[in-house]
Amino acid sequence: MSQQESTQTHVSFRDYKGRYKGLFAWIFSTDHKRIGLLYLYSIITFFITGVLLGIAMKLELISPGKTVMDPATYNAVFTLHGVIMIFLVVVPGLPAVFGNFFLPIMIGAKDVAFPRLNLLSWWVYVLGALVALSSLFMAGGPPDTGWTFYAPYSFKTNTNMLPAVLGAFILGFSSILTGINFVVTIHRLRAPGMNWLKMPLFPWTLYGTGWIQILATPIVGITLLMIVGERLFNIGFFDPALGGDPILYQHLFWIYSHPAVYIMILPAMGAISEIIPTFANKSIFGYKAVVISTLAIAFVGYFVWGHHMFTSGMSGTALYTFSLLTMLVAIPSAIKVFNWVSTMHKASIQLEPPFFWAASFLFVFMIGGLSGIALGVLTTNVHLHDTAFVVAHFHFIVFGGVGFAFMGAIHYWFPKIWGRMYNTKIATTGWMMFFIGFCILYLPMFLLGIQGMPRRYYDYVDRFHGPNIISTMGSWVLFVGLAVIIINLIRSAKKGEIATKDPWGGKTLEWTVDSPPTLENFEEIPVVEKGPYDYR
Amino acid sequence: MNTESAIQHIHRDDEASKLGMWLFIFTELLLFAGLFIVYSVYRYQNAVAFSLAAEQLSVTVGTINTVILLISSATIAMATSAIRLKNKKFTIILLGITLAMAVIFMVNKYFEWMGKFEHGLFPSSDILKSMGNGDTLFYGLYFFMTGLHALHILVGIVLITIVLVRVNNNSLNDDNPVLLDNSGLYWHLVDLIWIFLFPLFYLIT
Amino acid sequence: MEDHSKSHIVPYKTYLLILAGLIVLTLLSVAITHIEFGELSVFAAILLASVKSSLVLVYFMHLKFDNKVLQIFVTAIFILVALVIFITFLDYNYR
Repeated sequence: MSQQESTQTHVSFRDYKGRYKGLFAWIFSTDHKRIGLLYLYSIITFFITGVLLGIAMKLELISPGKTVMDPATYNAVFTLHGVIMIFLVVVPGLPAVFGNFFLPIMIGAKDVAFPRLNLLSWWVYVLGALVALSSLFMAGGPPDTGWTFYAPYSFKTNTNMLPAVLGAFILGFSSILTGINFVVTIHRLRAPGMNWLKMPLFPWTLYGTGWIQILATPIVGITLLMIVGERLFNIGFFDPALGGDPILYQHLFWIYSHPAVYIMILPAMGAISEIIPTFANKSIFGYKAVVISTLAIAFVGYFVWGHHMFTSGMSGTALYTFSLLTMLVAIPSAIKVFNWVSTMHKASIQLEPPFFWAASFLFVFMIGGLSGIALGVLTTNVHLHDTAFVVAHFHFIVFGGVGFAFMGAIHYWFPKIWGRMYNTKIATTGWMMFFIGFCILYLPMFLLGIQGMPRRYYDYVDRFHGPNIISTMGSWVLFVGLAVIIINLIRSAKKGEIATKDPWGGKTLEWTVDSPPTLENFEEIPVVEKGPYDYR
Repeated sequence: MNTESAIQHIHRDDEASKLGMWLFIFTELLLFAGLFIVYSVYRYQNAVAFSLAAEQLSVTVGTINTVILLISSATIAMATSAIRLKNKKFTIILLGITLAMAVIFMVNKYFEWMGKFEHGLFPSSDILKSMGNGDTLFYGLYFFMTGLHALHILVGIVLITIVLVRVNNNSLNDDNPVLLDNSGLYWHLVDLIWIFLFPLFYLIT
Repeated sequence: MEDHSKSHIVPYKTYLLILAGLIVLTLLSVAITHIEFGELSVFAAILLASVKSSLVLVYFMHLKFDNKVLQIFVTAIFILVALVIFITFLDYNYR
């Protein structure tokens, strides 16, 4: 028995035999690495669904008037695209996949603090997804409010709001459980010698993210419950006819949903902070500045929610305050960009796919961030509010920022997760198509927005036709690039060359263990003496 | 015994469990904070209607329920000491008092709510609508907030019952009191929220 | 890793004293509603509720005997909630 156990702990986490067999060995496993992969497979499934919905929307917009769908369908499609992409893909995205897989390994632990709670949060995620998507198959059809569920329309519409709202509520729970787990893990399970300032930057960003998940998610939870109460009992919280204030709904919704953007982007920044030093073969420039800016983003990000509501009718005092605070939160993000660029300065850079993703992340994140400044200024916001400009800005941050970082992370940690290398030439081709397609898709939308094309309409006037054609074609290039990337990775996971422990020359703890890691990650818990990026 | 469960049982970290419980409490506090924001905004907009509506609530029942919850909080706190002093019998008595208090609170709440229903004071009733927007919002918030609080009481009752059973069959003792500690923390949270709900709904003049 | 769960046993008497204090404060907050403070009566009610909740946090929830980190966290949470309410009222107060 004990003989068998000791041999078991030396096989890869993918191969060991537990209590269950086959599929059950995965969906009932409390191993953080298997849970990370469960999240990865579920998220990729939903991501592809969301992408197809996005492609369908762009196809509708290729010409004015009705092209492939009627307005009601278009409303449902953009709502589903938003709900799936935000609640099912991007919010869990990096923390649940790479956080689960690598947080314990990077801080020198055998698992997270509460492994069973971790499995529960995946199950809650699946439950939330099923509840949210059940709205598709019920009479009345999918919701048509947009992912923001704005009151009062969200409790007046006859579409299936309840499942969507309840699904989002349940998904919030999953997010909170992950956050609690990670914060406790980081507090309690760091390896001996790893004090706070020897912790790598990806765990640091997960720490900031964990706190936002714990402190912001409940606010949207209660808000969605109020919408449920409103629909079931007609209480009047946000109904002007009963004295309620719809703008209060917007306040509460954005008190969560703005910090949620930082739940998305912080771990993305963390992944970039891991990739750049490894491929620059150089210690990160200004480690403490990156740490402090992470915490500053998490903190200040909590108080800027009002910049989504500049045209809703808030008081002047609130407008100025939110605009000022929005400008403040740009500072720590800019500090990080300077740190990444300085890390690459005079470095001998290895040009590998993860680095291409990181470099293009910097490019799109800067465009997204600077266009955000334009939206944070009160005067320009009035002009740009609810136009295609906002859509372009948002996708440059969330698809460009988080999406590129996710792709970078998967190419960076691929050899560690699957123990095999992928074809770097095909990966680079895929990246290039994806990047070019992305720019063709979204850059014209800035232009359309400035010219006044509103978002969330299935139709537009003739003078917007040209840029819309280009934009739609961009979506096809992007899609082909995505297909190349995914096919390459799936093929390589089975047939790629066997990877060594440290194919890129990384210095953090995950590169000291086997590829793929064994069940308990470390045979002996390491003692940490040096900082995380000790290159020279 | 398989490998996976073997790993789970090697590692026991009571400090981690406590920290996790605290983080969960923070989540709960923010959940209610959202409602307190809604309350404060609507009270600010409907000050007069809110204080008139509040006069319909019985201060006596509210005060009794407050004292009941305070006592139950004290007894479960004492139980965390009793279990460490290895006084199993007293622990069970204290937990029993806590449970009894929780049930009495719910009974009071039931009669209070029923009284309001009989007077037609419930969300979307015609009487409430005829009384105006301030009253509608006050009673909407009253039912939503005390309802959510009562839901937490019910969860607490289940939790404390589990603790009671485990103390009784010795699987929870002075060597392993963390479940009792965490249930205690949860129960104090329920108390803490009520401490704010009570003046906001019963005592505004 | 020191074991905090065994380090400190609070005597029953402490809890009973705190309970007595909490009940007195409850009765006090009921009593003062009959006195007309005008605007101040809201603040009096909130103040008394805050004192009561601090007693629960510090003694019943063991913050006094616990890790310093937890004390910082709890304080920070209450400041956070206060700030959010303050910023929300920058809208409603000046509309």
